[in-house]
Formats: sequence, structure tokens, C-alpha cells
Amino acid sequence: MTSPLDPIAPSPVVSAREVRKRFGPTEVLKGITLEVTEGEVLCILGPSGSGKSTFLRCINHLEKIDGGSLEVNGEFVGYARHRGALRELREREIARNRVGIGMVFQRFNLFPHLTVMDNIIEAPIHVLHQPPKQAQAHARTLLAAVGLADRENAYPSELSGGQQQRVAISRALAMRPQLMLFDEPTSALDPELVGEVLSVMRRLAEEGMTMICVTHEIAFAREVADRVIFMDEGVVVEVGTAHDVIDHPQNERTQLFLARVH
Amino acid sequence: MTLSPQIEGSYTTEQVIPLRHYGRWISAVLLLLALAAGIWSVVHNSGFGWSVVGSYLTTSSVLSGLGVTMELTVVAMAIGIVGGIVLAVMRLSPNPIVGGSAWSFVWFFRGTPVLLQILFWYYIAALYPTLSIGIPFGPTFFHANANTLITKFVAGSLALGLNEAAYMSEIVRAGILSVDSGQHEAAHALGLTRAKTMRRIVLPQAMRIIIPPTGNEIISMLKTTALVSVIALSELLGAVQQIYARNYQTIPLLIVAAIWYLTVTSVLYVVQFFIERHFSRGQRATARGLGHFFQSFAIRPRGSTRTRAL
Repeated sequence: MTSPLDPIAPSPVVSAREVRKRFGPTEVLKGITLEVTEGEVLCILGPSGSGKSTFLRCINHLEKIDGGSLEVNGEFVGYARHRGALRELREREIARNRVGIGMVFQRFNLFPHLTVMDNIIEAPIHVLHQPPKQAQAHARTLLAAVGLADRENAYPSELSGGQQQRVAISRALAMRPQLMLFDEPTSALDPELVGEVLSVMRRLAEEGMTMICVTHEIAFAREVADRVIFMDEGVVVEVGTAHDVIDHPQNERTQLFLARVH
Repeated sequence: MTLSPQIEGSYTTEQVIPLRHYGRWISAVLLLLALAAGIWSVVHNSGFGWSVVGSYLTTSSVLSGLGVTMELTVVAMAIGIVGGIVLAVMRLSPNPIVGGSAWSFVWFFRGTPVLLQILFWYYIAALYPTLSIGIPFGPTFFHANANTLITKFVAGSLALGLNEAAYMSEIVRAGILSVDSGQHEAAHALGLTRAKTMRRIVLPQAMRIIIPPTGNEIISMLKTTALVSVIALSELLGAVQQIYARNYQTIPLLIVAAIWYLTVTSVLYVVQFFIERHFSRGQRATARGLGHFFQSFAIRPRGSTRTRAL
């Protein structure tokens, strides 16, 4: 689809080739190869233990890969090309590379000792060295966009799960990332709160954000994803449009999984 | 549906007899009697020498002893807290030499009596007559006579401070480990370095766990300073000992010291309450005023009335 001769082919934001990862004796990623292009929304489905969250965490180097190669915006994650070899990056350089990648966690992971506002402006001020006034103004815009303009002085413990996750999304967006990673963002929510988070994600996708979402929300994947991959036991079992993978799965394992969660 | 109004009505019209706790009344009366007997004996036993207590409570040597006690407490706790944080972060380092060094420090200073350490620092000049700063096995930039550099006060502060650092490091380490790993991950994902994550995200949260045992350590330190009287440093207890060695009013002067120790400890209680409240920001049911301080004396432990977030 994207041949190097095609002049308008969008450049890949994420490019994974044969990515391998093991925890002790168990290999959790057994050679993952995929590309995500700019503006694309990719949903990763699969049973728990399939390695989908681990793969997501490899993309921003929360986990170190053991084999293959993983590039974000044309640069190796955790390594730099140096005289024909790969040099392991320093901690500070890894931190700098993570700025372009926003991540949203299943358990929100808001900082409980900081207010909503301080959660959002922490990294813009202390990593990007933005003036506080500017960071606050941006934070207010983001909070208004997720419908929480009036809660900037609340502490996370005073918010519902859905509100906390919307703050967490704003906190990631405050760094103006080019890529957003969502690690089962609605799995820890009460059912009636799932919708408010998904609608924020849907709008983000419409605005053209490049997104990789590990999710169990089949309906969301069908509606929003440009591409869906199904993972099981550390391998990509099936790739295709939402229509292909969700409504007409070819692989037996995909069919079984979808039959169970539908 | 038809029954509920009748039931509600019966609650409002019938007389309710509350449960009587006779056992509580009896135990309270017995304790109050014992307390009254205790106060009676304290007031009427001339051995307490309350007039002597009154006349020595604010004499200059007692007050200067109190000053030394408080200075020692502050200096030793400052060394202890800063050293404890450094040791705790070292213990958690991925570098085995760094972690092992911190472990060895804690092993030595927790494993020997603090009284021994006080004497050891006092007699350090016997081991190292001159102290110098420089590159190991290389040139030196600074020389000093150990006897002039290590005064009684310096020896006392070093001994108490380094000993305290060993204990504080365990308290700080427990606090750091109590912070959820998701907090580290979220901070790293936002591009914060490990040092900034520790300083801005992890330590402020760890403080909630660190403060109560640290308050304990400060109060304990206030009283442990009395041990420096073995190197003739005249802190509060040493000062009253010197007085009763001259006038033989042993009991009244010990009471003078006890009154001052209790006074300072009580002030520390209040300070700790406000520091704890500061670091419990974001927790539900944060206590708001001094009224809550007095409520903390309530029979029910505070932990049971607090609801934890999440």
C-alpha cells in the first residue's frame, strides 16, 4: 500500500519489525511487525496475556525490547545510530523522546497529591520549561474540551473514574504529543462512565491524532479504528479494517475471542 | 409501600430508651478515683519539693541546658533526615556497590549502641589526630587538629545524627516503596527524569507514610540527647544533675527536667499534626483545624474514621 515510490505516502509514525520481548522464561512478544502512519487510529484487540499492553509499553520504552527493531518518528526507541552501531540512550535522552508520545493508563495514574490543574501543568513546566501562565492557559483549554472546566482545583480523589481518565487524557495532551497510546483506558471504569471517555477519544481521532488503543470496546474499535489488529499469545493473528477483522474474522482464534466478548 | 408510613410513624411517636453502658461508668469512676488519689499524694508529699521545682524551672543553667538539648535535637535530626533520604535513594539504586554501601552503613550504625557511638566520636582524635580533606591517596587541601574540630557538641551531633540517619533511611525507604509503581510510570511517560520523578512525584506522596514515624523519631531524639551527658556536654539532664550534685535536691530537679521534656514534646505533637495535614492533601476527609487535633485523642483510632481515596 505504501511503496517508497508513492510520493504522497504518509511517513510511518511507528514502525515495528520482528519486535520480541521476554519476561524471564516466557516470551510475551514473538515478533511483532506493524506500521502506524500519521493520523491513523489503530485498535489492538486480544485476550488478556496476549502481549498487547506490553507492546504498547515498548513503544515509549517503559519496557525494553529484546529483539527486532522499533522506531518512532524514524528514531529507534531507546537507541541511536552511532557510527554504524546502535548506542543505548541515556536516561535523559529517553525522557526527551517520550515527550512526543502521550500515554493513558488503565488505572489513570493521576498524581493524587496535586490538583487537576497541577497534574496537567507539571510536565509542561518541569519538562518543557513553559512559563506557568502559558501552561495554565493551555490546561484550561484542554479541560474545557473534555468538559471539566470547573474542576481545575479538585483533587483526583474528588473525581469519578470517568472524570479522572478525562483529566489523564488532558495531562497527556498538554505535552502536544504526535502519538497517543491508550492502554485499556475504560477497563477500570463503571459501565455508565465508559461513554464519556470514549467520546473524548472519538473526538481526538476526528481531529487527526495518531492513536494506538489497546481496548476491549469492540463497538468503539468498529466505529473509530482505521485498522484493527488481533493479537494472541505474542503474535499478530489478524490485521485489517475494522470491517474485516471484527465483522468477518478469518482466523479461528479471532472468531472465538469475538464470539466471547460480543 | 403501604406499610412504610406506619413504620416511620411508629419511630417518631414511640419513646426510645438508649442502651445504658454501666460498665463504662464504673470503669470511669474507678480511674477518676485513682487519679484523685495520685494527685493528692503528689501535692501532699513534701519530697516532691514543689517550691524548689518552681525556683529552678527557669534558672539560667537549666534554660541553657534546654537550649543545648534543642540544638542537638535539631542538628542531629537534620543530619538524620537528609542522610536518611540519601541512604534510602542509594539503597534503591540499581548499582550494587551504591546499594551495598548504604546497606553497610545502616548495618553498622543500627548494630552498635548509640552510647558507644557518642564515646567513639568523642575519642576520634585518638584514632585520627589530624583530619584532612583531599583526594584519597592524593593531595590534601585542608588540615585540622581533630581535638579542636570535634568539640563535644560536634561529637554529640555526629553520633546522634549518623545513628539517626540509619533509622531514618529505613523509614524513608518504606515511604518510597509505598508509592504505586503506576506513579513512576506516569511521570516517566510524561518525560520526567528519574531524579525529577523522585523529587516532585514520589517523595511528596511518600511523605504521608514518612511523617508519623519521623515525629516519633524526633520525640525520641529529644530524650536520647540526654546520653551526651557521658561526654560532659551539659544539656538539660546534665544541667540539672550538676545542680543536684551541689544541693542534693535530686527529685525536684529531675521533675524540672521532666516538665521541660514534656513541654517540648507537647509542642512537637501540635507541629506534627499540622505537617501531617499538609502532606495528606488530596486524601479524602482531610482534617481542617485544631479541633481535629483534639479529636485525635478520641478512643476510636483515626485510621478507622478516615476513608482512603480509591
